[in-house]
Amino acid sequence: MKRVKRRYLALQVECEIQPTEREFIDAVWAAVTRLYGEVGASQTGLALISFNVERAVAVIRVSLASLNMVRASLATITSLAGKEGSVQVLSVSGTLKALFSNRK
Amino acid sequence: MQVLRVTAMTRRFADLHLRINIKNPQGTQRLISKAARLGYSQVSFALTSNPSGDELAKLKAMCHDAKVDFVSRADFYPRSEMDLTRFLRKFRRQFEVICILCDNKEVARQAAKDRRVDLLNFGSLDYHKRFFDRAEAELASGCLAALEVDVKPLLVLEGPPRVRLLMSLRREVAVAQEFHVPIVVSSGLSEARLMRMPKDMASLTFLFGLDEASSLDTVSTNPAVIVKRNREKLSNRFVAPGITIVREDQT
Repeated sequence: MKRVKRRYLALQVECEIQPTEREFIDAVWAAVTRLYGEVGASQTGLALISFNVERAVAVIRVSLASLNMVRASLATITSLAGKEGSVQVLSVSGTLKALFSNRK
Repeated sequence: MQVLRVTAMTRRFADLHLRINIKNPQGTQRLISKAARLGYSQVSFALTSNPSGDELAKLKAMCHDAKVDFVSRADFYPRSEMDLTRFLRKFRRQFEVICILCDNKEVARQAAKDRRVDLLNFGSLDYHKRFFDRAEAELASGCLAALEVDVKPLLVLEGPPRVRLLMSLRREVAVAQEFHVPIVVSSGLSEARLMRMPKDMASLTFLFGLDEASSLDTVSTNPAVIVKRNREKLSNRFVAPGITIVREDQT
């Protein structure tokens, strides 16, 4: 079976409140599902790798093929946990090691 | 051994359509600061009222303090062809970017074939009031007009209205690409909370069929080309297209 190529995205969460890990990933899934439907969302391979509540920085993993879909969906997020908020992509990388070294 | 040095080409990003109320300096300051923080190097404002020279100078100073380049822009909603030509005659040499909000076909066609128009904006969500078809694109490609797409409706709409808008945008963008009409993506926002990083704003164009390189061009190269061209034209050294004053005789 062909290996699935992945990309890691570092995200900055901006919100009136401090959203929890669950609230954040729910907002991401909701945005992807709204734009691409359940079938499209299932093809993204979306997974939450880490979420730093204090710094409001999250790291997610997606398949390379769906990177553009996920980026577009993230840009459409206007609320998290019922409060106004947004998610900005800080960096994209093929490995977690490179992602964290790019962030420093 | 010869060492080759390659300098990375960094893109400069522009948002040519921020909406501000010039009477609200705090709100304006907030938008400018956020634009600078998000990585925009050029910003332009669609003003809600006719600004005085003093107000424009203040705006320019705010942008200068935030280290972003201020681009003066005039938006106009002409009711007829005559109205449009009158406006262009009066304001073309005062602003760096001229955007025409096309609400009827007569105006849309005239704006597309007038070389003084930089941006064509079809703000209406009504399918029947978006006149960017093949005829419009052919006229625009013969002149200098670019198609402006605001991302605000994509952020605030949901469900069927957004689906209809995406359908229209997909068709318009395909037509624009076929006729080599440049596309400029702007925010069209008045609230700082909805502002996005340039690359995130560009990523919204994936929704209506642009590829990665073209999407980045819509927020960097295409607006920059318009601003550069008009600044050259508005400078004292410009004589005619292709002719500029290089040096003046001192005798």
